[in-house]
Amino acid sequence: MSKFRTLTLAVAATVSLAGCAGPNPRDPYESYNRAVFNFNDKVDEYALKPTATVYKNVTPSFVQTGVNNFFGNLADVWTAANNLLQGKVGDGMSDVMRVALNSTFGLLGVLDIASEAGLQKHKEDFGQTLGSWGVPSGPYLMLPLLGPSTVRDTAALPVDIYADPWQYKNPVNVRNTGTVVRVVDQRAALLDASTLLEDAALDRYEFIRDGYMQRRNSQVYDGEDGPKGKQKKAELEDEAVTPPQAIIAEPAETKPSL
Amino acid sequence: MKLIKQLIAVATVAFATSAFAATAPVANEAPDVLVKRISSEVLDTAKNDKEIQAGNQKKVMDLVETKILPYVDFQKMTSLAAGRYWRDATPEQQKALSTEFRTLLIFTYSGALSQVKDQTVDFKPMRASPGDTEVEVRSQVNQQRGEPIQLNYRVAKTDAGWKIYDINVLGAWLVEAYKGTFASEISKGGIDGLIKTLSEKNKKLASKPLKTAGK
Repeated sequence: MSKFRTLTLAVAATVSLAGCAGPNPRDPYESYNRAVFNFNDKVDEYALKPTATVYKNVTPSFVQTGVNNFFGNLADVWTAANNLLQGKVGDGMSDVMRVALNSTFGLLGVLDIASEAGLQKHKEDFGQTLGSWGVPSGPYLMLPLLGPSTVRDTAALPVDIYADPWQYKNPVNVRNTGTVVRVVDQRAALLDASTLLEDAALDRYEFIRDGYMQRRNSQVYDGEDGPKGKQKKAELEDEAVTPPQAIIAEPAETKPSL
Repeated sequence: MKLIKQLIAVATVAFATSAFAATAPVANEAPDVLVKRISSEVLDTAKNDKEIQAGNQKKVMDLVETKILPYVDFQKMTSLAAGRYWRDATPEQQKALSTEFRTLLIFTYSGALSQVKDQTVDFKPMRASPGDTEVEVRSQVNQQRGEPIQLNYRVAKTDAGWKIYDINVLGAWLVEAYKGTFASEISKGGIDGLIKTLSEKNKKLASKPLKTAGK
């Protein structure tokens, strides 16, 4: 099964590279990106996914929730800062409250009391902050091990890493173990989604790319489509409206079969 | 004798009105009410049906076919995903393309449904005016672990009532996500090439058992 998948992937990759009509403006580094994508896929297939699967099946679910909450709480510190940097004072203050509540009553973040108290999580990183300041995302970029990104978000990444409190955890062996657990835990949370993705995509690389670029844009505009998205929608509607004969012409004929 | 006739008459009227009452709200249901109704019906069934939980592919697909498909405009969805190439396609190609795309989406949706466990759905307030013929219904799926998943629907008014024609998961619109792949498949092998790729993908999915949420 997995061999077959690799084979189809490899074939799909070579075929689409060979038959490329011209570079996609959003993805000028496609051939590099595809190579990294395949590399990441191998790492995932042989190391990360099996580990995450075992973790998910073996670890009691309250431990998984605890691990997830603990690192989530650390991440909330930087989220709060980014919300404030973006001028979203309300969200930022609510995140500060979240960290304060969870770090004390939530036993260093293991319990997510704040969510239960109605303080919702809003994840923000520095790439989103740059985006909200008007920095365009730039082309798509696939990072080794870290996965999909854009040029802007890659430039923002060192700031995110510096701002991660866990990077300053001593001793080093505890820090490293924690980092591994964190990565495995995050992968475990995505196990169901990644199976779905394999089913839905004709070409996983393209599907992930096009989905990721849209999702990032939506994150920058906090779930709204943003100026770019609105324009896209108008475009779509335009296409739908202009050839009315094609779409609305034979509903009586096609509907029963649908 | 007269009494029986009257009884029958009353019963008929009662039956007719109850049947009418059952179908009437569906016909002129508001788009957000429609989406809310479908999603709660589907989620409830998926959560309570043991066979669906166990990954019975036929049952899941039946659920999708009966509860969701009548409210989805696949032709519009396919035409948007195919973009400018839709106009170049013959009616037969258009039909084949939307049939294959529909099948692929059924498989995907069935896969998603068989993973339903303890999720709940919250709907956000509508931002549409009464005269709108295209609206966006916004919701989020809450799960035990991790952040809520954003799930929005684009719904358009048709002669047969409101129909869903695009879904947004985690900020990405489905049609837009397929658009790139469709375009590159078409540039490689034309519309027929895309139809062929879709149908091969579907055959592969049909021969594969559904994966369930696990323990």
